[in-house]
This record gives sequence, C-alpha cells and structure tokens, in this order.
Amino acid sequence: MTYTFGLDTFGDRNSDADGKPLSHAQTIRNVVEEGVFAEQAGVDFFGIGEHHTEYFPMPAGDVVLAAIAARTGRIRLGSAVTVLSSDDPVRVFQRYSTLNAISGGRAEVILGRGSSIESFPLFGYDLADYEELFEDKATLFAELLKGGPVTWEGKTRAPLLNQDVVPHTESGPFPAWIGVGGNPQSVIRAARLGFSLMLAIIGGPPARFAAYSELFQRALEKFGRPPLPVGVHSPGHVAATDEQAKAEFWPRWREIITLIAPERGFALPTEESFDTETGPHGALYVGSPETVARKIASNLRVLEATRFDLKYGMPGLTHDQLMTNIELYGGQVIPRARELLS
Amino acid sequence: MRELSRLAVLGAGHVGPVIARLAVKAGYRVDIATSGDPEDIALIAELVIPGAQPRWASDAVADADIVVLAIPLHRFLDVDPALLDGKLVVDAMNYWPASDGVLSAFEDGGSSDVVARRLAGTALVKALNHIGYHELEDRARPAGAADRRAAGVAGDDPAAVAMIAGLVDRIGYDPVRLESLRAGRVLQPGGPVFGVVLTLPEFERAVRQDAGSLA
Repeated sequence: MTYTFGLDTFGDRNSDADGKPLSHAQTIRNVVEEGVFAEQAGVDFFGIGEHHTEYFPMPAGDVVLAAIAARTGRIRLGSAVTVLSSDDPVRVFQRYSTLNAISGGRAEVILGRGSSIESFPLFGYDLADYEELFEDKATLFAELLKGGPVTWEGKTRAPLLNQDVVPHTESGPFPAWIGVGGNPQSVIRAARLGFSLMLAIIGGPPARFAAYSELFQRALEKFGRPPLPVGVHSPGHVAATDEQAKAEFWPRWREIITLIAPERGFALPTEESFDTETGPHGALYVGSPETVARKIASNLRVLEATRFDLKYGMPGLTHDQLMTNIELYGGQVIPRARELLS
Repeated sequence: MRELSRLAVLGAGHVGPVIARLAVKAGYRVDIATSGDPEDIALIAELVIPGAQPRWASDAVADADIVVLAIPLHRFLDVDPALLDGKLVVDAMNYWPASDGVLSAFEDGGSSDVVARRLAGTALVKALNHIGYHELEDRARPAGAADRRAAGVAGDDPAAVAMIAGLVDRIGYDPVRLESLRAGRVLQPGGPVFGVVLTLPEFERAVRQDAGSLA
C-alpha cells in the first residue's frame, strides 16, 4: 500500500512573536516559504484552501501554488478546497491545468464547500442554491478533466458545444477529489462522477467515518468504476512535546472556533473538549511527532484511507512555529507513520 | 398511550441518517426517504444506517407513527403538505441564513411557526434541531446516566409534545418540554441552547435566563 502525506493551509494569518498580526501580504509570502520548505522536509503534498476572510486571506491559492511550483521539483500542489459552487468550472480547470503545466504534472484539485461560505455573497451566489450549483459544476468539471472537446449543458452556466478548453494536460487528467464533511449523499456523488474522496474530519471520533469509506468503494462498484483513493483532512499542530503543541495550539483554536461557532453551529470549545479532540479518539492531531504519527496511522487503517493531509497552522501562530511544525511533520511524523503502517 | 414504534425520517443528508441511526438503536422501526427513488439511497441505508429501510416518502409516511423532517429548510417548501396530513411530525429543521442563505418566507419569527402554518393538518413538534448532527450521536446516553444531556421539545399540542418527549428520551436525551412552538424559538439558531449541549439543569437555566431577558 502506498501512502501519501500532505499539509494544508488556509493562509491562516500569522502573528509575530509578540502576538501582533502580520499583514496579509507577509502571511502570503510566508505561505510560499512554507510550501517550499515542506518539499525539503519530505512532505508529499501541499494544499491551499480557498477563503476570503480577514483571518484566512487566501482567495487565490492557485497563484500562491504557482510561486511554490517555480521553486520546487517534487512536491504535489493543489487546492484544499476549491469552492467550486461559487466559481466557474472552466476557469478552475484552466487555472489548475496551468499549474499542472508550470509544475511539470504536480497539480491536484479538491472540490468542495469547505468552511468557506463567504464566497457566495462575494460573487453574487445564493447559498440556498448551493446543492444545485455544486452538482451542476462538479458534473462539468468531471467532463473537463477527461480532456478533449467538451459538450455540456446545465442550469448554472452557459452550455459548451464541442468546446476545446486549454491548456491541454500532457498526461491525462490530474488527480481530483471531492471533499466531504458528513453528508453520505456527497459520498455517492463523488463515486458517481469518478472523483476520489477526501473526508474532512474536524470534530468527533474519526472512526465514525469508516462507513463512508466503505460506502464510497461500494458506490464506485455500483457505478462500474475502478477503486479510487480515500483521504483524510484534519487540523493539527506538531511541536517537540505534547505539552508544547497543546499550549501553542489551544488559545488559537479557542479563538477561531469561538469566532466561527455561531455561523457553523459548533459548540464553543472548552479545555475538556479540547483534551477529548486531541486525545486518541478525537479529530485533532496536536502533539509530539510520536503522538501525531500514531494517531494518523491508526485512523488511516480504520478508515481504509491512503492519504492524510494535516491542516497545519491557525490564525495567530507565528511563521517560526509553523516552520517547526513542517520540519517535524516531514522529518519525523511521516517516516514514523509509514513505519507504523508497513 | 399506544407505544409509537414506527418512524419515517425524511432526509438522508447530514442530519437524517444520524437521527435514523439513533432511532434504530432505540428499537424503533425506521424508514428513511428522500424526495427521490429509494434505490438512490439503498447503499446509504445499508452501510450508514443499518436496520433502516429506504422507501418512497409517501409509503414511509403512510406507515409511520412519527415523521421526522430532516431536510434543508428551502427544500421544505417543495414538500406537499397533503403528504403529511394527520401525522405527528417532528420539525428538526433550522432557518440559518449564515449557513444556508436567506429565505424570505422565514425571515420573521420562528421557522417552526412557518412550518406549522404550512402543515396545518399535522401535530407539529419542534425537536432534535438544536444539537449539531456531529454531536447528537456522540452525546446520547441512556436514561439515568450521570452525563446525560437535555434536548428541547416544543409544540402547541401537549399530547404531541409528550409523545415526542418520549422519542427524545428513548434516543438518549432528557426531554425539556416547552409549552408552545413560540416558546420553542429558544431552540433556534441564535437562541441560548442552539449548538451547545447542556445538562438538564444547565438547559433549564439557559432557557429561563433567555425568557427573563425578553420579559
């Protein structure tokens, strides 16, 4: 079994050592450095999630990925996620096939909603249309990925008639995933359209997603498709010791969840709930390299997944803390997780 | 009172399967349905809600003692009210513009008031809407457990409220009865118990404080 290990960021706004927020521009430049360093540290994939907020100033991740592509040679680069419903699938395909060209075939894309709903009013979409927009656009995106002229008609975008969409990819479709939170019908859709499945697990026991992994493979069978990989995306933070990782991450986690809880219906985090989530049966990968590696290996097994993407960072952490996280993740967590899984 | 044993859960998205699983576990006979062909959710039922039967919505509702509405609120407006006439119905839906967009029909007052007006032929009870789907299952506990949490049950028909309080109790929460759908607005997004999972005394205190602040 081949396992792949990645890092994801939302462009979480950095602070300096005194807790003063850095500018959006400096945060973006830091993300470029982090992506380049991730390759040196031994990470397989670097993903950037689309967001449009003061604390996640990252609406154009593909541009940032292109900068990283120009300075790297091995690491795979992709979105995590692209908010497809409020974008144009043709433009998304064009941006990522351009990234694929720049990087010599290292592009990927994860389509979904993420926690990003601010793009809907920003681009003039109605959140109530979310489902119809996603279904329609994901169907078109699957057609675009095949390469060759596209004929497509839907409800949310102008039709395409035998349309050549450029740039062509050199060696077939690049990897494309659909990110799924907790809706089993989204799992069925990913299988029906032939996307790989990325499970976004950000709270509660990861093991409860095992049924989704099986559901995905069974649905692929039903639709006459070959097996496709299942991945896991979860937040976390790696430092030298469990205590240090938790001490660095907890105040930043409390702050951000408190900010978005009213929108998302999350319970406000308490120290008790944080301990549960960072414990062996929770969704957060916060701790020493050994703790995090064990948790990754055990959950990949339970979920029959072959890819793990750690969403690193939180608004308010420093660039240095993030670089240490990346160094430990690439240098210690990944080799140890591979060893545990072999 | 006759034991209510058959449940129809309408909706197979985030919330429906969680409620269906809890009900299967509590010993209910559970049917699950969407607006479409049961064949489309056959695999979901088999793997994600073992023990529940996927059926056409009209068949599931016809046989049910209790119908649970667990569909996105904007899709509710597509449901034919005649389908539910004469039924005991749980409204587990929410009007939550920050997450799902603005719906003008629900802009004023309580979302369940709008639902009740549209479903005038039913006994409507608001319940199972205020605990996140990702927590509803993890926090369920048998009666008497020290760490059991509370869940609100609101409606204008006391007999219907009592029956749904029984459902809530059986699936793992201490039911807190609220005497009207209007009083059930405390269970909505923005209310004092939405998205927080509280013990019975904490729940009662939160609701009382909220009522106090309105008085």
